[in-house]
Amino acid sequence: MQSVESPSIILKVENLTRQIDGSKIIDDLSISIKKGEVWVVIGPSGAGKSTFLRLLNRLDEPQGGKIWFHDQDAATLPPQELRSRIGLVLQEANLFPGTVKSNIEFGPQQKGLTLSQEAVEQLLGQVGLIGFADRDVRNLSGGEAQRVSLARTLANSPEILLLDEPTSALDDGSKQEIEELVTSIIREKQITCLMVTHDIQQAIRIATHAMILDKGKLINYGAVGEVLDA
Amino acid sequence: MLNLWFQDELYLRIGQASIAGVFALLVVFLVHWQSIRLEKEIVIAVLRSLIQITLVGSVLIYVLTAQSWLGVLILAAMILSAAFTAARRTKEIPGSMRATFFAILLGSGSVIGVMTFLGVIQWEISSLLPVGSMIISGGMNSCALALDRFKGEIDSHVGHIEAGLCLGASSREVVKPYVRKSFQASLIPRINSMRSLGIVWIPGIMSGMLLAGSDPIYAALYQFVVMAMLFVASSLSSLISILLVRKYIFSEAEQLILRPEGDY
Repeated sequence: MQSVESPSIILKVENLTRQIDGSKIIDDLSISIKKGEVWVVIGPSGAGKSTFLRLLNRLDEPQGGKIWFHDQDAATLPPQELRSRIGLVLQEANLFPGTVKSNIEFGPQQKGLTLSQEAVEQLLGQVGLIGFADRDVRNLSGGEAQRVSLARTLANSPEILLLDEPTSALDDGSKQEIEELVTSIIREKQITCLMVTHDIQQAIRIATHAMILDKGKLINYGAVGEVLDA
Repeated sequence: MLNLWFQDELYLRIGQASIAGVFALLVVFLVHWQSIRLEKEIVIAVLRSLIQITLVGSVLIYVLTAQSWLGVLILAAMILSAAFTAARRTKEIPGSMRATFFAILLGSGSVIGVMTFLGVIQWEISSLLPVGSMIISGGMNSCALALDRFKGEIDSHVGHIEAGLCLGASSREVVKPYVRKSFQASLIPRINSMRSLGIVWIPGIMSGMLLAGSDPIYAALYQFVVMAMLFVASSLSSLISILLVRKYIFSEAEQLILRPEGDY
């Protein structure tokens, strides 16, 4: 088994390629992510940003390349385990019918764990939804639903958090709230994070590093200040 | 009224079939008016059914006096044909033909086999073939309904399914609600038939037995037997088809393969 060069590298992507009907959505992409880094993935529509995150979470399968998670080939990990350790928050909240609490409990239940009432309340506290546990998800606003979506991913205690434009479907007010929330959570938990965004200002506010994709290729990457000043 | 126009039975029957066919074709105008886009399929179905049943009718008299083993072969061919028909509407589902074949074979085939072994269905070809074909047809319809509904549910819940996968759920877990809904939907016609038996409709087997001089109670009990067999075969075929397809729509790495057109 190949080993990554540095113990602090949590995720290493080598020559990752994904194509659909012959056209390359991700084209020979290689990058290393260190533990605790916060990356923003920037690029025009159709650049392959969402596909990149989906490949990291193994929601899609690459046609070429490898992803190393810690020092292990991610393809050798059971997909369910990988997905709970590399949590992905999608653009749409897509909450399951039922209560906020049942959504929060869903992830741990898949591993045979039951969240205590305190744990549920603590997670809801982190996303600013104290007292929402028994609310029916049909009665939530877009911003509240996206907070629940974030909380249920955090309930799995992921080592890496992937955020695929979690604010894109929200109004400006909710967008700012979620952004502040994400920033405070990743700082507090010192969680490794990759976030897709179109918003350069948001990238500068949140991230330590940035990568720019265009037509599936990695155009530039590095410290956020350097990349975005370039 | 047709009796007055046609003295010859052949012409009378052709006249009856023509009127029924014209009525069926009226539906074509109805669906065209509502832009439902089923015109071609309805015309083909009406013409096919007329040609098929006429051809079968002309040879059935010879088949019904043949050896029972010929009936088994014909039923096997019917299962294959039923599998094709049931899978037609859900071609986009990977392996749908394989799923409907095994579902009808196991669902309808097992009911026919067990019931024939126990003597509920007579081993004579004149009993085996008509009753067996009804059971296969029931399985086919339930499979088609189940898979059509299942595909619809998957198409409209891709986001929920992937959200569940992202949280570490198994493919089996994330489609559980859609398996349940599809199974329920496929059984509604069958449950309605059982509920309305003798009240809203008097099925052909019972009517035939009564006309042939059977005791009404015996005819009613045998009709119930047929309905119960149809219900079991339909339920089993429907459930097996959904459970098989549930497996086929995901990759080995639990990635959703079946997606609405244009969605990646």
